[in-house]
Amino acid sequence: MSKLTTSSSELDLDHPNIEDYLPSDSIQQPHAKLRLRDLLDISPTLTEAAGAIVDDSFTRCFKSNPPEPWNWNIYLFPLWCLGVVVRYGILFPVRVLVLTLGWIIFLSCYIPVHMLLKGHDKLRKRLERVLVELICSFFVASWTGVVKYHGPRPCARPKQVFVANHTSMIDFIVLEQMTAFAVIMQKHPGWVGLLQSTILESVGCIWFNRSEAKDREIVARKLREHVEGTDNNPLLIFPEGTCVNNHYTVMFKKGAFELGATVCPIAIKYNKIFVDAFWNSRKQEFSIQTSFTTHLLQLMTSWAVVCDVWYLEPQNMKPGETAIEFAERFDMVRSIISVRAGLKMVPWDGYLKYSRPSPKHRESKQQSFAESVLRRLEEK
Amino acid sequence: MGTASSTLTQYDIEDVQEHCNNLFSQQEIVSLYKRFCQLDRSAKGFISADEFLSVPEFAMNPLSQRLLKMVDGLNFKDFVIFLSAFNPKASTPQKIELIFKVYDSDYNGKVSFQDIMEVLRDLSGSFMSDKQIEEVLIKVLEEAGYSKDSSLLLGDFVKILDHPGLKMEVEVPVD
Repeated sequence: MSKLTTSSSELDLDHPNIEDYLPSDSIQQPHAKLRLRDLLDISPTLTEAAGAIVDDSFTRCFKSNPPEPWNWNIYLFPLWCLGVVVRYGILFPVRVLVLTLGWIIFLSCYIPVHMLLKGHDKLRKRLERVLVELICSFFVASWTGVVKYHGPRPCARPKQVFVANHTSMIDFIVLEQMTAFAVIMQKHPGWVGLLQSTILESVGCIWFNRSEAKDREIVARKLREHVEGTDNNPLLIFPEGTCVNNHYTVMFKKGAFELGATVCPIAIKYNKIFVDAFWNSRKQEFSIQTSFTTHLLQLMTSWAVVCDVWYLEPQNMKPGETAIEFAERFDMVRSIISVRAGLKMVPWDGYLKYSRPSPKHRESKQQSFAESVLRRLEEK
Repeated sequence: MGTASSTLTQYDIEDVQEHCNNLFSQQEIVSLYKRFCQLDRSAKGFISADEFLSVPEFAMNPLSQRLLKMVDGLNFKDFVIFLSAFNPKASTPQKIELIFKVYDSDYNGKVSFQDIMEVLRDLSGSFMSDKQIEEVLIKVLEEAGYSKDSSLLLGDFVKILDHPGLKMEVEVPVD
């Protein structure tokens, strides 16, 4: 498990004031004379701290909520056992076969296309796009994925960026089987990384490294270049920056909204009735690799993955709106997606999973305390 | 109940209840246990400082470091006992005792001028100078009949803080 770093300036929380969302308290009456009792009474601060220990909205975002076990009595249990036999003994091997078949078909078409059509870029890209969509369909089939798409399908037009809420790595696959997106994602080691650097590279994917501060500017530049290019696949961004458990959405990062492109929101909601698709990367695992492999295996031994995908109304700059004002609408887009998918919004930055909060928040509390004390000191 | 197992027996629940003077209902103790296991990610039987600080709302609190000293490494029973001070049914003296313990960081039973200054520094951060804090503190202490050199005992705290407006209550969510 990566060690939590101390808060650093890169955790630049460019979003509306958290104080607006958290329960406010009047630490002291605003204009009464200051007495010893008021100074010593730290109960409001302690209450807030204890409240956070007992329950907090951030941890709730990353809690796995597996479907309720239903095998708890004498006649349901044998049924469940039968289900296990079917899932592991019949479905799983069939799915592995389907997936292997898919890979064979994919690789036998992709490698020749990639090698031989080096000179004919336009045709090569078109074919590679189709092939990536194909292998994603095979992946979805290997979990018996039942995906309902609502709304007009994305088309490859320049100057548009797609944003979606993020639950698991499979979000990308679910969306990719319908449209070959170029996605921006964290570079992973192992077999996932291999796939990233070969196949996904050809669709135009962009990599970033969460732990590198300088990375942000480089990535922002790459994104802008991609969006402005005429021949590139539509760009898909997950502005939350991390996987959330499909009951909540965390704060969106503004980056996607500062590219001078139309923002097209996509909402994804998984139906947990058969399996919980949330990829809980916080659970103790040996590495991201085993974690993702375990996740895929869990999906392949479940009955089905059921989800809804809604393509929502594209957001353009309104006449007279500046680029900065447009970028400020990122939270509104988050609410459009959250409402559509039935998710609750929380005011936390997803990256708090990996680092501590910046001192800014504590400072605003300290400032209001200091101001209140000094003001009341003046009162007679 | 040494290491945290994933289930809590009726015996364990009653044991914990006894130790917190029956302030929490059995349902609340079960809820608190779920929360304890959620925070204790590596199932060690206690929650480490790092794990407490992974709750951003807690890490942001100006008194988090002081509280951390009191809660770091607590097992479940002591965790519940600590939280029992925040129960609505807890007595005011019990709440004031917790406040006193937060101030009395060296556990010598006395809260000195310096102790109070340190807490005020935590609360005001860089927005009040030491001189300002000292000024304010001396003024209100004198008005209350204490001097800079007096050490406050628990009894003094009770006398100063006991008033009907003192609210220190946290509700335990029960699903």
